[in-house]
Amino acid sequence: MALINYSSKEINCKIVYYGPGLGGKTTNIKHIYSKVNPNSRGKLMSLDTELDRTLFFDFLPVDLGTVKGFSVHFHLYTVPGQVYYNASRKLILKGVDGLIFVADSQIERFEDNIDSIENLDDNLAEYHKKSEEIPLAIQYNKRDLPNIVSLNELEDALNPRGVFSCEGVATEGIGVFDPLKEVSKKVLRKLR
Amino acid sequence: MPEDKEATFEREFQTIKDSLEDLCRETKSLSVLLIDKAGQLITSAGNVSNIDIPSFATLSAADFAATSNLADLIGEHDFSTLFHQGARKSIYVSLIADKVILAVIFTKETTLGLVRIKVKKTAERLGSMFEKIFKTLESEYSGAVDDEFISEAETELDSLFE
Repeated sequence: MALINYSSKEINCKIVYYGPGLGGKTTNIKHIYSKVNPNSRGKLMSLDTELDRTLFFDFLPVDLGTVKGFSVHFHLYTVPGQVYYNASRKLILKGVDGLIFVADSQIERFEDNIDSIENLDDNLAEYHKKSEEIPLAIQYNKRDLPNIVSLNELEDALNPRGVFSCEGVATEGIGVFDPLKEVSKKVLRKLR
Repeated sequence: MPEDKEATFEREFQTIKDSLEDLCRETKSLSVLLIDKAGQLITSAGNVSNIDIPSFATLSAADFAATSNLADLIGEHDFSTLFHQGARKSIYVSLIADKVILAVIFTKETTLGLVRIKVKKTAERLGSMFEKIFKTLESEYSGAVDDEFISEAETELDSLFE
């Protein structure tokens, strides 16, 4: 649940990037860090291994500014994608308001995407939540690579709900802001 | 949020803030931060100007969550407090009413024993109030903002993430 602090007039929303390991979640958040006005964002914090794989999470606070007297903040997190880091992944989902699923379009990662989205449902269930209740967008990342699954197949497998989805090349910043904007707006509309 | 409830909420919130100020002063601590379990700052007391608050709040919540899971692995329900000792500054972290995380940052000006006792007293005093506040927050959650807010926020989002 987004935390509305009536006393300090602040609204804080937590958005989590989810998806299989090496799918590009951290690349998304690094691109956002590099493009958002430095006055509107805080420090990018990464808790990663020596090999730059996310160990616990990446964290980037982004300020929307003041809207009708409320100061609105978005806290962006990534989870570690590798299967064996599920304990940390679950912790990051605590209090999540919005989700961006970063799918890896490569043919050899097709099953990993399905496993990851199923794992998302399992982990949310532990917090007594369903993914349908939380604003979600999907980015089909790595569309610039040659060995990729068709969009139709990805949609069939990963997007039965028909949520917002787009193609992405996170390394070039393509399709990075669209899902973020979509989810952020839905999170705010849920406050209504 | 109806005005009378908002007033009640504000009053309780002020009591919490005052308690944190008291705790900070009585323990001669540098600062006291109250953080929710999702890693968002609720309020603070003392000097926090030199702290990167979003990072501190996030890491405190993650620290607590990770430690709770460690407790679980050895058959404990929870570790209700954490203590990180540094050469100059230390952090004492405690869970209040199973809902919020209270972090006290202190130097050698004070002792861990004093911090521990005062935190325990503050937690006892504020526990039931937190229950009430969280209930109010949940019940007043829908309808917190209006259409005009959404429209303005969406325009801001479009320009921030263009």
